[in-house]
Amino acid sequence: MKLSKRIFAGLATASLAVTVTACGGSDSAGNFDDTVTVGILHSLSGTMAISESTLVDTEKMAIEEINAAGGVTVDGKSYKIEYIVEDGASDWPTFAEKSKKLIDQDGVPVVFGGWTSASRKAMLPVYESKDAFLYYPIQYEAQECSNNIFYTGATPNQQSEPATDFMYKRSPAAGGDFFLVGSDYVFPRTSNTITKAQVKQLGGKVVGEDYLPLGNTEVAPIISKIKVALPEGGIIINTLNGDQNVAFFKQIQDAGITPSNGYYVMNYSIAEEEISTIGPEFLEGHYGAWNYMMSIDTPASKKFAKSFKKRWGNDRVVADPQESAYNMVYLWKQAVEDAGTFDDNAVREALVGQTFDAPQGPVEVMPNHHLSQTVRIGEINSEGGFTILEETGVVEPQAWNQKHPSSKGYACDWTDPKKGEKYRL
Amino acid sequence: MQLILESLFNGVAIGSVLLVAALGLAIVFGLMGVINLAHGELMMLGAYSTYITQLIFKQVSFLKPFYDSYVIVAIGIAFLVSGTVGILLERTVIRRLYGSPLETLLATWGVSLILQQFVRSVPLAYGSGLVIALFFGLFAPLFISDDLLQGAKGKLIRASTWGFSALLGVATGGILSSLVSKLSRASARNVDVTAPAWMRGGIDFVGITFPKTRLLIIFITLISVLVVIFFLDKTAWGMRIRAVTQNRPMSDCLGISTETVDIITFGIGSGLAGVAGVAVSLLGSVGPNVGGNYIVGCFMVVVLGGVGNLLGTILASFSIGIMTDLIGAGRLLTIWPEMPSPLYSTIDFFATTSMARVMIFALIVIFLQFRPTGMFPQKGRMVES
Repeated sequence: MKLSKRIFAGLATASLAVTVTACGGSDSAGNFDDTVTVGILHSLSGTMAISESTLVDTEKMAIEEINAAGGVTVDGKSYKIEYIVEDGASDWPTFAEKSKKLIDQDGVPVVFGGWTSASRKAMLPVYESKDAFLYYPIQYEAQECSNNIFYTGATPNQQSEPATDFMYKRSPAAGGDFFLVGSDYVFPRTSNTITKAQVKQLGGKVVGEDYLPLGNTEVAPIISKIKVALPEGGIIINTLNGDQNVAFFKQIQDAGITPSNGYYVMNYSIAEEEISTIGPEFLEGHYGAWNYMMSIDTPASKKFAKSFKKRWGNDRVVADPQESAYNMVYLWKQAVEDAGTFDDNAVREALVGQTFDAPQGPVEVMPNHHLSQTVRIGEINSEGGFTILEETGVVEPQAWNQKHPSSKGYACDWTDPKKGEKYRL
Repeated sequence: MQLILESLFNGVAIGSVLLVAALGLAIVFGLMGVINLAHGELMMLGAYSTYITQLIFKQVSFLKPFYDSYVIVAIGIAFLVSGTVGILLERTVIRRLYGSPLETLLATWGVSLILQQFVRSVPLAYGSGLVIALFFGLFAPLFISDDLLQGAKGKLIRASTWGFSALLGVATGGILSSLVSKLSRASARNVDVTAPAWMRGGIDFVGITFPKTRLLIIFITLISVLVVIFFLDKTAWGMRIRAVTQNRPMSDCLGISTETVDIITFGIGSGLAGVAGVAVSLLGSVGPNVGGNYIVGCFMVVVLGGVGNLLGTILASFSIGIMTDLIGAGRLLTIWPEMPSPLYSTIDFFATTSMARVMIFALIVIFLQFRPTGMFPQKGRMVES
C-alpha cells in the first residue's frame, strides 16, 4: 500500500515536471522582446495539396529553426516569428482573396506562398496594388518580373537551358532529334518555345511536340506520334504535370520507349517526391534537372534532409521546391535584419545582394528579384534518387528569357529606378 | 497495312477505356435516367480497391504466392465495393429524387465531392472497414428468412445485423491498419498501382508493339460488355429491368418490384464503374480526382450513342477512340504525306492531343445538331414522353 502510494506520488511529480518543461519549451516567448507574424499561403486541399503541403512543412521548419536560434533581431530587439497558414484550396481566385486577408486583416509583413503559375498570376495584382511582398518558391517559366514578388525558384535558363545543352551534347542520345511533351498550360508551352529556339541554335531538330490537357491521362496518341517521329530513339523533353507523368511513364515503358531502346527522357517536373510516387522502376535511366537534389553530398544538404526527416518523419523526402521554400524564409530574415525594420520598401532594398549558404550551395539575390543558383543534371537511379552527372557554376537568373522571341534583349533591374520591370539591354 | 492495324488497335484501346468507364453510366443514365455525377468517384473507389488489394497481396504471407493474380481478384472486389457504395447512394439520396433530374445532378455532384474528400482525409484501412460494414449491413437481411424480420423482433434482428456488421468493419479496419502501415494514415497523395510482371511490357506482332495492359483492358471491357448484354437479355431480372425502363407504372401494376429493380440496376451500374476503376488504375496513378477526369467523356459517349442503347454506347466509344487516334496522332499525315498544303497545315494544327479533343467535341456537337437523340435513339413509348 505504502509502496504503491509512493510510486503514485513519484509518477505525479514526474508528470508535473514533464508538463512544466513542456510549457517552457513551447512558450519560450519569454526570451523574445516581441513577436512578428508572417503569412503562409499554399493549397492544403484540392489537387495541389499533395505538392504544396510539403512547402508548408518546410517553411514551418525554417521558422522553427530561426526561432530556436534566437528569432529575428531588428533594431536590437529580438522577435519571435509566428505564422498564419491560409489554404489556397487549389483555386486561383482563393489565393488572391486570402492574400488580401493576410495583408489587410492580419497585417503580415510578408507572405510565403503559391505553387502554380496560375496562382501567382492571380495574386500578383493584389500585392502590386497594396505594395505588399510575396515570396514565391517554384521553378517557373519566367517572363515576369514584379517589384512585389521575390522568386526563389529557377528560371528557364537555370534549368531547361543547361538540360537541353546536356541532352544534345553529352547524353547517350547526343545529336539525336527532340520530341517535346507537356501538359497544356503556360509553363510547358513557354518552356518548349525556349527549348525549340535553343535546339535550333545548337543545330538540332525538334521533330514533334504535343500537349496533354490537364487531367487527361490518355497518352496513346502521343506514344504513336513519338514512335513515328523518333523511330530509332532520341531525346524526349517532358514537362508533364503531376499524375500525368505516371500515365506517361507506365505506358511508354509498355510501348518500348525505354533507355535500352535509345529513348531518353529529360524531365523538368520530376523530383524525388514524384519519383517515389511514379516508382523508380519506370524512371530508371531517364534524367532530371534541378538546382537542388537530395543526393548532393555536402554537409549543408545532408543537414537539411536530416532535419526535415527528423521533424516530419523518416519516410519523407526533400526536393528542389522545398529547398527554395527553405531558402526564402532565411533570405527574408537576413534582409529584415539588415534593413533594421519590417517595412516593405526597406526590406526590398536590403534583399538584393543577400547571400545565403543554401543546401544547394551559395545563392545570391539579384537585382531582378530572382536568385543566382547552381544547376545540376542527374540520372534517376533504382533507389529513387538522382545520380548527379553534371554541375554548372552559379548561373545568373534571366527574368526575361534571352532565347524566347518575345523577350530577347530585355532584362529587369529593380535597383535602378530608370530600368525597372523590363528594359532593353 | 501495318499503319492501319496500329491505328485500329490504338483506337480500340482508347475506345475500350471509354467504353468500360461509360458502361455503368449507360445503365444508370441510359436505363434509369439518373444523371449520376458521382459515377467518376465510384470509378475512383474501384481504383483505390485495386490499390488496397495489391497491398494486401504484397503483405499477407499466405497470399504472396498469388500476387501475380491480384488484378483478377481486384476486379471482383472493386465491383462489390463500388456496387455497395452505389446502392447506399441510391437508397439514401437518389431514391428521393427520382423524376427531378436537376436536383439529382446537384445532389450527386455533392456526393462526388464528399467521396473525394473522404479518400483524402480518412485512412484507407478504416475506409475499407466502413465499406465492409455497409456491405454486410445492407446485404445480411437478404440471407435471413423473412419470418424473422417481421414485427418488433425483426427490428431487433435488423439492428443486431447492423451492429454485427459495424463490429466486423471496425475489426477489418484495425487489422488492415496494423497489417499494412501504408493504409493506416490518411494521405491526399496519389498512389500507384503497379501491374504484376506478366502484365508489363508488350507483345511484338507483325512489327507492332501491343502493350499488355492495353490488351488486358480490352479483354476486361469485352467480358464486361458480354456479361451485361447476357444479364439484360437472358435473365429474369434483366427482363424486369427492361420492363421498368420501358414503362414503370405498368410494370409496377404487373407485380414487378420496381424498387428492387432500381436497387439492382443502380448497383450493377455502380459496380461496373468499379471495374472501370481497375482498368484506369493500370494506366495512370490513383488519386481522389481520377474519376473526375473521365466523367465528361462518359456522358459524351452515352449521349452520342443514344441514351438507353448499349450498342450505341459501344459504337460511340470505339468511334471516339478511333477518331482520337486518327486526329490526335496525325495518322492522316503519315498515310498521305503529299496532300495539298492548306489541308496539310489544317490537319497538322489539330494533330495534338488537346486540339484533337476540341475537334472531336466539335464534331460530336455538330452530329447531335442533326441527330439530337444520338446514333441509336430509343424507339417505342417511353414513360417520360
